[in-house]
Amino acid sequence: MRMMRNIAQRQFVSYFNGPVAYIVICVVLLITGFFFWQQFFLDGRATVRQMWTWLTWCMIVGAPALTMGLLAEEKRTGTVELLLTMPVLDRDVILGKFLGVLGLYAVLLALTLPYPLSVASLGDLDWGQVTAGYLGILLQGGTMLAIGLLASSWTDSQVVAFFVSLILCFALGVVDKVLPLLPSGVATVAEWLSFDFHRRSMARGVIDSRDVVFFATSIAVPLMFAFRSLESRRWK
Amino acid sequence: MIEAKGLTKRYGDFTALNKVSFQVRQGEVLGFLGPNGAGKTTTMKILTCFIAPTEGTAEVHGCNVHSDPMGVRQAIGYLPESNPLYTEMLVLEYLQWVARMRGLEGAQSTQRIRTVVEQAALGDVVTKEIRALSKGYRQRVGLASALVHEPPILILDEPMSGLDPNQAVEIRELIKSIGRERTVIFSTHNLAEAELACDRFLIITGGKIVADDTPLGLRRSAGNRRFVVGFRGGDRAGIESGLRQLPGVGSVRLLEEGAETRFELEPDGALDLREMVFEAAGSSSWPLVELRGETRNLERRFRELTVSETTDPSFGDREDA
Repeated sequence: MRMMRNIAQRQFVSYFNGPVAYIVICVVLLITGFFFWQQFFLDGRATVRQMWTWLTWCMIVGAPALTMGLLAEEKRTGTVELLLTMPVLDRDVILGKFLGVLGLYAVLLALTLPYPLSVASLGDLDWGQVTAGYLGILLQGGTMLAIGLLASSWTDSQVVAFFVSLILCFALGVVDKVLPLLPSGVATVAEWLSFDFHRRSMARGVIDSRDVVFFATSIAVPLMFAFRSLESRRWK
Repeated sequence: MIEAKGLTKRYGDFTALNKVSFQVRQGEVLGFLGPNGAGKTTTMKILTCFIAPTEGTAEVHGCNVHSDPMGVRQAIGYLPESNPLYTEMLVLEYLQWVARMRGLEGAQSTQRIRTVVEQAALGDVVTKEIRALSKGYRQRVGLASALVHEPPILILDEPMSGLDPNQAVEIRELIKSIGRERTVIFSTHNLAEAELACDRFLIITGGKIVADDTPLGLRRSAGNRRFVVGFRGGDRAGIESGLRQLPGVGSVRLLEEGAETRFELEPDGALDLREMVFEAAGSSSWPLVELRGETRNLERRFRELTVSETTDPSFGDREDA
């Protein structure tokens, strides 16, 4: 537990020693802010639901950028050997890395708070809905970060990790947009697999346990595979 | 202290280590030698529990690498090959982080960090970013971080490679001073530096141990001494046959012909031929100008041990797996 915290902390702090975190945060805030406010004044409604959509799109690119180095870079430089010859479980390494990047994502989300605050000053904003929306976007981002971590565990090239997780996140992000093209049986499954579908349902202000369970599972499964992939070095 | 029993590691069809067994006693400094790709790094990765052996087992400080990897890791300070570090961190930050990972807290951690900073002479650079340091300093940071938790055993993979001669000497002295209290295994492909720093050699090639001896023992096993005799002028053929007839001379080889003629003599057994050659030269009035004994050097012995094992010379360039 303490090892996990040490790893998470180091990871979190190291983001601020390099440019990637600043770039991702700036770009995400700029794009989200620009498109959200442009649309906001056209719609003229006191809601931040559009903001979630733009954040989702940004994170489809942002999550791979934040996670690509997590393990790939450690494997390339050899620091993974340093880390894994300390008295630490592989499990703690994966969870620590995940919590480190999730912490950074939480900072990013905290930095979007001025948007709903501004909306609230312009009209009557439903804070319950916003809170549920934040939970949804946090869980959805967590899923994308877990997928990114998994991709990063497969390779020692950050570029490969970036594109693999971009493809995976993009596929899971847009699958509910192509539902009309799919046969009805497949469509139901595809819709249920799409994380945008679950995130939207939470953004309506309803915290449905099914959605929470979906996200919890879709965070746990990639992390589990990442653990396996890290562990496989031992007998490969 | 360390006992490896039948360690075997296969990567697919390639056998990186083949039934390697050895022991390291407490307080010993062991030099792990061999050409690149011989299996040195693989052995070290197994002993530090980074990878598991395909077959065989090892005990490190009383802990088994299979059943108690955490115990093994606690007992070991490890400097991996090419000394990877989190280069974006400050030296002090990094050492503090390693101390935390090693379970040291508060005053104890401060105390230990102060000690290793002093030991590795890092005082001037503790507030610098690791990426701004020279290779020699980085190596010392790596060593310091391996020492933070006072491990009884240190495993150092090529600690002196890539350093300039002055830095190499500093690191070697550091290793020697560490070796006074701890068990140290370090790998290198430089015999001269190994001979100066270690109590015992383990030479490994093609995944097998081919020699396990002290530097002195290895020099002895390097074979008989040879003797070089030089003459200025004189009857070359007569001298050569005269030398051959001396008792105890095994072989005579012509090294150089011209104004001076040089022969190499190998004795049968461990005889010292110098006196006899001198007397023979006196009685037969050979124009003797040079007479010296030479110990065969370690490099040559190392080559004999390692090259014969590798049928394909290109294998020597293979990267350590």
